Amino acid sequence: MAKKLMKGNEAIGEAAIRAGCLNYFAYPITPQSEVAEYLSRRLPEVGGVFLQGESEIAVSYMLFGAAASGARVFTSSSSPGISLMGEGMSYIAGAQLPVVFVNIVRGGPGLGGILPAQSDYFQATKGGGHGDYHLLVLAPQGVQEAVDLMIDAFPLAEKYTNPVLVIGDGMIGQMMEPVEFPDPETIPPPLPRPWATTGLKNRHQNLIRSLFLNPDELEYNNQHIRAKCDAMERDEVRYESYRTDGRMDILIAAYGTMARICKTAVDMLREDGVKAGLVRPITLYPFPMREVHEAATMAGEVLVVELSTGQMVEDVDHAVRGACDVHFFGKTGGNIPPPEDVAAEARRVLGARTGRRAGRKG
Amino acid sequence: MHVIFAKPESLTDRTTHYCPGCTHGVIHRLVAESLDELGLRERTVGIAPVGCAVLAYHYFNTDFQEAAHGRAAAMATGSKRVRPDLILFTYQGDGDLASIGMGETIHACNRGEKITTIFVNNAIYGMTGGQMAPTTMPGQITTTTPFGRDVNDCGHPLRVAEILSEIRTPGYIARVAVHTPRHIIEAKRCIKQAFRYQAEGRCYSLVECLSTCPTNWGLTPEEAGQWLEENMIPYYPLGVKRTPEETAGG
Repeated sequence: MAKKLMKGNEAIGEAAIRAGCLNYFAYPITPQSEVAEYLSRRLPEVGGVFLQGESEIAVSYMLFGAAASGARVFTSSSSPGISLMGEGMSYIAGAQLPVVFVNIVRGGPGLGGILPAQSDYFQATKGGGHGDYHLLVLAPQGVQEAVDLMIDAFPLAEKYTNPVLVIGDGMIGQMMEPVEFPDPETIPPPLPRPWATTGLKNRHQNLIRSLFLNPDELEYNNQHIRAKCDAMERDEVRYESYRTDGRMDILIAAYGTMARICKTAVDMLREDGVKAGLVRPITLYPFPMREVHEAATMAGEVLVVELSTGQMVEDVDHAVRGACDVHFFGKTGGNIPPPEDVAAEARRVLGARTGRRAGRKG
Repeated sequence: MHVIFAKPESLTDRTTHYCPGCTHGVIHRLVAESLDELGLRERTVGIAPVGCAVLAYHYFNTDFQEAAHGRAAAMATGSKRVRPDLILFTYQGDGDLASIGMGETIHACNRGEKITTIFVNNAIYGMTGGQMAPTTMPGQITTTTPFGRDVNDCGHPLRVAEILSEIRTPGYIARVAVHTPRHIIEAKRCIKQAFRYQAEGRCYSLVECLSTCPTNWGLTPEEAGQWLEENMIPYYPLGVKRTPEETAGG
């Protein structure tokens, strides 16, 4: 199939359709409103459902209802909107429904700004809503990978009957890149949904709920969700290694668009004779704990680079488990460090070798 | 032997958890009779609220979803939009619908979602133990208005049926009561009409049911019915407020 130049937000909308998801509910918010604008034109063409809800809270429950009645469904939003959807995410996770969320992250906290950020890592991987659950979190580094992960997000949500979050920053939403959509024949058909509330003709009642007043029933539900998380941690870890062969002076850990910038920094460092490499988690949950640990054992130092004041660094530190020192370099507010700044920080770390662990800088 | 009265097929055999004298059971039955008579049970999905009716899914013999507090109309919207062939109804109390779920309610009504809402207004939060609701009457004593609802501090009771009747989108909005046989007969007529409009794909429908809460009102069931008659009906006038045939607001 031919490549097409597309804006990230529009490519995400088109990818959902190609993935067989014809149901979209959303509320406008910068910097991802183009997803809704695109789908408001495109979904009627393919007989799909487009609905602009009255709030992100309402949208999250429209997703609940649509998924509960057996549909493939997704939404897109940005950080403050995702916070409002946190309640619905918790109910969707508790009721074990397959729903795909997209967060094109902007700066926070609060209203923050509208420029790219990675400051929703904690929210994406550690919570969002209340209770014991995890979203399966996919973090693309560019428009093509956003398309590929959108295609994978729906079968993953169905396999685990669990919400999936595709998390990109404003750069992915706004930039244009050539993209290729997969052959429709490679798209897996939706899994059967015998649990869906579609009317009880010829069967007993189907009930979709997250309420279990009996402590044993609630614990059973929670342990079932935990078992699915264990399976995700075993089977769904995705990551990319870049120039990590052999001993390294420094291993950079970064995800999303920041990882692409860091790849250039790695090349610059290598040209100067510094043995640098990069590890890029693609699934933020499940986090590639073992893979990051193994890469860190081959490195003198680890430098985590994020568009935040330090969030993924906690998981990296946990993964490295003292194999070497973990340093942090971050920018926020929509400021994006060029590769030169990342390389300079790497050289500073190597020059100083202070032995600090998980020190905050930037 | 000729059966002259039986349990509707749309109800299960389970004994409800509702307090003695509570009218939820009556309203459940009216909904179930309507579904039976219109032949809708097998394609109906109910949505239970957070409130006294949180376990309504145990009592209705239809598919069910359990909502977050106030979000039933949004969930019904999601289900109905992807499966227009289903019959969706939400069953919500006054705290659930008129307080935390007012936004979802107004917008579902305004979009003309083809869903039916059964709104049980008993002027109090029942399940949490008798706190003030948006529909609590002026001067009414509750556990959070121990000196009576002060309208200068808490505002006046919300008349949900009238508020929704102002929306221009075609809809069916009625207010009924269930404290006497005469009122129950009229309530049944309106509830059945609401489902009929949905089954015909006509419009959004909401039936507000004035209901009693003897436990939290501190009255006997008989006194509670009288209190409803004397205090609630004058403020919450009964009747069909809107039909899809007429347009609100000119």
